Amino acid sequence: MGKDFTSALRPAIVMTILFAALLGIAYPLAMTGIGQAFFPSQANGSLIRDGNRVIGSTVLGQAFTTDRYFQTRPSAAGKGYDGLASSGSNLGPASQALVDRVKTDVARVRAEGITGPLPADLVTASGSGLDPDLSPAAAAAQAPRIARVRGMPVGTVTAIVDRATETSLFGDPHVNVLAMNRALDTSARR
Amino acid sequence: MTFQGWILILGFVAILLALTRPVGAWLFALYEGRRTPLHLILGPVERGFYKLSGIDPQAEQGWRRYALHMLLFNVTLMAFTYAVLRLQGVLPGNPQGLAGLSPHLAFNTAVSFTTNTNWQSYGGESTMSNLSQMLGLTIHNFLSAATGIALAFALFRGFARRESASIGNFWADMTRVTLYVLLPISVVYAIFLIASGVPQTMAGVVDVQTLEGARQSILLGPVASQEAIKMLGTNGGGFFNANSAHPFENPTALTNLVQMLSIFVLGFGLTWTFGKAVGNTRQGWAILSAMIILFLAGVFVTYSQEAAGNPVLHHLGVAGSNMEGKEVRFGPAASALFAVVTTAASCGAVNAMHDSFTALGGMIPLFNIQLGEVVIGGVGAGIYGFLLFAILAVFVAGLMVGRTPEYVGKKIESREVKLAVLAIAVLPLMILGLTSLSAVLQAGLAGPLNKGPHGFSEILYAFTSAVGNNGSAFAGLTANTPYYNGLLGIAMWFGRFFVIVPMLAIAGSLAAKRHVPESAGSFPTTGGLWVGLLVGIILILGGLTFLPSLALGPIADHLAMIRGTLS
Repeated sequence: MGKDFTSALRPAIVMTILFAALLGIAYPLAMTGIGQAFFPSQANGSLIRDGNRVIGSTVLGQAFTTDRYFQTRPSAAGKGYDGLASSGSNLGPASQALVDRVKTDVARVRAEGITGPLPADLVTASGSGLDPDLSPAAAAAQAPRIARVRGMPVGTVTAIVDRATETSLFGDPHVNVLAMNRALDTSARR
Repeated sequence: MTFQGWILILGFVAILLALTRPVGAWLFALYEGRRTPLHLILGPVERGFYKLSGIDPQAEQGWRRYALHMLLFNVTLMAFTYAVLRLQGVLPGNPQGLAGLSPHLAFNTAVSFTTNTNWQSYGGESTMSNLSQMLGLTIHNFLSAATGIALAFALFRGFARRESASIGNFWADMTRVTLYVLLPISVVYAIFLIASGVPQTMAGVVDVQTLEGARQSILLGPVASQEAIKMLGTNGGGFFNANSAHPFENPTALTNLVQMLSIFVLGFGLTWTFGKAVGNTRQGWAILSAMIILFLAGVFVTYSQEAAGNPVLHHLGVAGSNMEGKEVRFGPAASALFAVVTTAASCGAVNAMHDSFTALGGMIPLFNIQLGEVVIGGVGAGIYGFLLFAILAVFVAGLMVGRTPEYVGKKIESREVKLAVLAIAVLPLMILGLTSLSAVLQAGLAGPLNKGPHGFSEILYAFTSAVGNNGSAFAGLTANTPYYNGLLGIAMWFGRFFVIVPMLAIAGSLAAKRHVPESAGSFPTTGGLWVGLLVGIILILGGLTFLPSLALGPIADHLAMIRGTLS
């Protein structure tokens, strides 16, 4: 066994070094090169710029809390939509803390005049805390409030929701909140 | 549940069934050591690696030598990663200027990635530099997966060879799988992910001024290259804390589908490879059928529970499915399917937070791991784990009719059965022992976020996930403490290698036996009766062992949830 052991030591050490160089350095760097050359926007986070200022990413969620925008879901990432601390709430289904949090959010959206059964995503935290989307129902429920605050016809706001709705065979219908809110600002400028 | 949800689930299985034979045939070529078209490009790399490390790929190894070389390689890799993580602060590729990891966290993480568990005690974005992600973690995603497939090959040879003293060469198996399967698929896969919106850059943090004028910091990095092999190798350790729920890891419903497919594809293929290796592909299809039955049953429970939603929240006026911890772009069907896939295989990536699933919806992922992750399972680990159950199943069948059991042409005798039981017993001993310990010690009780039965589930899930080398979590548990990092690290190590060594001993013992031709008295190991027996053995063993612990955790939690008793 002693001779076996030493004879296995050299391949173990040399293979570790060789594979570390191939898989840990060459492979990720090659992918970075290809990504930067052929898909520079996506490879750098799908950032949206307004002049020199980066206003967000089409892929990643950001917080919207004011009345004049479509508001995003509750978030457990840091203090909310923290890009350096992605996380869900991890609260269990029969947790007092979950019920207390949802009660607060239900009271808030009821105060804004949303009636009827609430779309679940409106008052639940996402898995990442950085969910960029809402369900079309959760967005449409906010349309009357946005129309009132901005003094626009409700139809204009719901049309923005309809246009932003994305469907997929492999997931659920969703609307990107940042895209809708940019559309709101654009239509106000016109 | 919706019609579209079931289309997704059944379509998912159909795509995998179509891929089983081509993928299995590709793996079979490597099992036999035959040339593939990729040898034209990567052949020189393979030969160069052997030459520099003094390996003769033709040299056959007995099971002891195979095990020794495999273990030494894994220990060396683990030490390498431990060093990279501890030295992170002084190494380059660290745009955020993160410090080195604490000894217990570096130990836990190094074991975690070496054992194909990828349990994350750390939060990716706040702990790991770009270099650590690449050099410390990504390499394990390849090599622990390649080790798993190499071990499966060794066991296949045990069944296939006649009166042989050897079961192959570890270095050749491991190197070929890495170069001719994992690396080329990962390259194509990573490019697909980048095109879909997964970042791939050496840059760090970007500062954003949001539409409302607030500041947000966005972390970028070499995400796509790690994400591809994280799924394909059933590793599951994410670049970000939120794993595949994070929009940068899994931006669209299509990437989500591809991620789920890539968790299962090699596991599906390996069942065909096994059948081919033992000379009858129907043997492989029989195993796959048993796996798919268990898989679809799990999907049905989790999907129906998640789609039905949480009655506690319904009382507050919230309608519909359980969306706590889920992303809107996936919804309940794609989230439930992902959860069952990732725990049936030993992947452990998550696209939704299992901790916030309904009680029974979250019980299935837990139970899947407790069954030994033999429903498809981790790459390699799934099929060799399943074959241990197959040995027990023929043994039980043999007891019923009073004949020495046979499986695919080999007599199964007391040595093989004892070794199989030894390997399978590690799971309940470690899981239940360590969970019980943590439920009474102060250091253990400090971990759970939730109170009541759900808190117990968090502890149970952690040890189940560690021993089963899964890596998913009821993530409310605060696991980055010396107590949990240490114990979970030990649990991961035993859960991997104390299954592997007896399994290799079985391979060696079987290889030495002569072939027994099938006769009228042989119990047929294809067909419905056999599939039913396999499913029964797996459920009874898993059920009897773990149901009491499930009653204390998820089932108590479910009763509390439907009664509205909060804790």
